[in-house]
Amino acid sequence: MPTKKATKAPAKKAASPTRTTSAKRAATEVDLPSVKEPVITEEPAAPSGRLGIRKTYKLFIGGAFPRSESGRSYVVTDASGGFLANAALASRKDVRDAVLAARAAVSKWAGATAYNRGQILYRIAEMLEGRRDQFIAEVRAAEGVPAETAAASVDAAIDRWVWYAGWTDKIAQVYGNANPVAGPFFNLSSPEPTGVVGIVAPPDSSLLGLVSVIAPAILSGNTVVVLASDKRPLPAITLTEVLATSDLPGGVVNILTGYVEETAPHLAAHMDVNAIDLTGVTDPELATNLEIAAAENLKRVIRPSATDWTADPGTDRITRLLETKTVWHPKGV
Amino acid sequence: MAFEYAPAPESRSIVDIQPAYGLFINGEFVDSVDGQSFKTINPASEEVLADIVDAGPTDVDRAVAAARHAYERVWGRMPGAQRAKYLYRIARIIAERSRELAVLESIDNGKPIRESRDVDIPLVSAHFFYYAGWADKLDHAGFGPHPKPIGVAGQVIPWNFPLLMLAWKIAPALACGNTVVLKPAETTPLTALAFAEICQQADLPPGVVNIITGAGDTGRDLVNHRDVDKVAFTGSTEVGRAIAKSVAGTDKRVTLELGGKAANIIFDDAPIDQAVEGIVNGIFFNQGHVCCAGSRLLVQESIQDEVLTSLKRRMARLRVGDPLDKNTDIGAINSAAQLARIRELSEIGSAEGADAWSPPCDLPQRGFWFAPTIFTGVSQAHRIAREEIFGPVLSILTFRTPAEAVEKANNTPYGLSAGVWTEKGSRILAIADKLRAGVVWANTFNKFDPTSPFGGYKESGYGREGGRQGLEAYLAH
Repeated sequence: MPTKKATKAPAKKAASPTRTTSAKRAATEVDLPSVKEPVITEEPAAPSGRLGIRKTYKLFIGGAFPRSESGRSYVVTDASGGFLANAALASRKDVRDAVLAARAAVSKWAGATAYNRGQILYRIAEMLEGRRDQFIAEVRAAEGVPAETAAASVDAAIDRWVWYAGWTDKIAQVYGNANPVAGPFFNLSSPEPTGVVGIVAPPDSSLLGLVSVIAPAILSGNTVVVLASDKRPLPAITLTEVLATSDLPGGVVNILTGYVEETAPHLAAHMDVNAIDLTGVTDPELATNLEIAAAENLKRVIRPSATDWTADPGTDRITRLLETKTVWHPKGV
Repeated sequence: MAFEYAPAPESRSIVDIQPAYGLFINGEFVDSVDGQSFKTINPASEEVLADIVDAGPTDVDRAVAAARHAYERVWGRMPGAQRAKYLYRIARIIAERSRELAVLESIDNGKPIRESRDVDIPLVSAHFFYYAGWADKLDHAGFGPHPKPIGVAGQVIPWNFPLLMLAWKIAPALACGNTVVLKPAETTPLTALAFAEICQQADLPPGVVNIITGAGDTGRDLVNHRDVDKVAFTGSTEVGRAIAKSVAGTDKRVTLELGGKAANIIFDDAPIDQAVEGIVNGIFFNQGHVCCAGSRLLVQESIQDEVLTSLKRRMARLRVGDPLDKNTDIGAINSAAQLARIRELSEIGSAEGADAWSPPCDLPQRGFWFAPTIFTGVSQAHRIAREEIFGPVLSILTFRTPAEAVEKANNTPYGLSAGVWTEKGSRILAIADKLRAGVVWANTFNKFDPTSPFGGYKESGYGREGGRQGLEAYLAH
């Protein structure tokens, strides 16, 4: 029952106060010097007799939050090397499970009205806005950037959902068209989602970069399996809590944490994946090997590129994951 | 009763085939530097037509260098309106020489003159005319405010529609400001070489179009050439896969138009006579050498007998023979190798338990021929239901519900085209939505137009040719 889990799990996590503002934390948390706190804690918590509840960072597959089937985890540190969390270390089997979930979600998501998809993407922005401070803290911890930079990045990520939400019911209008063929035929070209898209998320931009690759893929009806940045995976997992409470059907977005060089080859070679976005692959040799693996079933490939995530995103990332279908019908009385 | 037809051959005196051809590089026909040679033959008679160069790596180098030079110095910086005028000229010359080109195509390829004359060559001219008009309107095409060309395009085309595939490749490439090196198929080089002459007649600047002939190795050298910016290929999925692997890790842009195994779905309310014409056109057009051929017939169980009876009656009227005869419906198989492939898969079809049927027909003694054939009792597991035969062989399967039809139609790694036959409009739209194919013909089949994008889903490749969408493959982004 993935949907049930999906609604339950985030509710539990939303109640966790560990990532709320420092003022609130100061009033509610106890300072225990023996426990090494993440840098997210901006100042030592005042002794108030309460031990904070930490979050277990798990995977997001089919709308549920499982641990890796392998039982493995790995240490995620902040920008200066301090311990942040033990994240799930996804395996080949997790990749397969995620592809299965993504495939199962395609027909419902692609079959939803564009208006409905737009509303859900907009709701993601709403949910993200409400947890803005939490994300600023997580992005700061992950990327080691000043508070203002993190805030700008989170704001841009929220606004990006709004930008792409509006595209769901417009892309077919600007990218599809009627064709005036030389004969008595009705002829219409419309874009359709390509299907299941594998994505290697940008390694550096832990939230804005991530949102910038997920949103354009799913808005048209694709479903995705995302390999989060292996060094900065925590904002991705917290984002799944937002996705799970935005009426996004389970399986539309699946996020795996772990080592990209371990999981990406399985995703690139998976015969039930239609396209792969290698944007986040930094090792050129790995990128080449992934593209070769992807050729086995002629996946559409987005090659790695250095991208300025703050720039106007345009429509390129939407259209490269679309197929054009052209339907002919004779005219006659 | 059957009517008897007197032979009505189109005269071949209109074509002038030279005994030997060079390569077309930098605006002139030149001898090969390091190539071999091979002979192109008439598949309907096995008569040798001409000696053709099997271009070597140095030849490819020279052609790419000529294209690069023309791109940097002339074509890439020429105003779009000027490029348009050259393309309009080419379109007009093709129309002027259309009968000659049709005859030449039928001689070299084996396709009926009725098709080369009425389908291939008119579409070639129309394709150039259509893209000519885009050359000075690219700012308005929806690919950014000032889209730029990519550079040198290496293009490899198949033998089933030789000049038409050339047009699909060259017209949009040139309209967008790219220069090209194109390799026609080994068995059908003659119309591409005639096109080279048309470029000369149009005073196209040297190096903008270069035609190099050869076989697989020449194509590989072209695709892998480091100074090629854009690769466009039409052909088998196997070769397409190899190309996709070979460009991995490069900056080359690629479009691939590959194989297909299209389902042609006939619902029980379809107009049977029209549907039967559509089935015949779907699989026997161009001897079935069509990547989007309707090679899997999915007929609703309740009308299976009626459709089959009608189809057999219609097939008995198909005239197989001399491609230059104006009454011929089905011409020669393009090559001995292709004939062997069709025979092999057909034999496997019988061995796996399907039932073959062909109308009685006298096939010529010389040349490569295969009678139009249908297989009944085909299951989805049969190889003739899964693999592209690329010949006049139809596999017939049945279904009961619309859901089953969609399920079976999509049960293939390919996704190039599909057909739907029903009188119910809402059903057409619903089924068309669910079919994973780039082109869906509803109550028609195998229709093509320069304004209409063509290309596949899944392992039928990526990118679109034709229409506004066809520009995208030749613009930088």
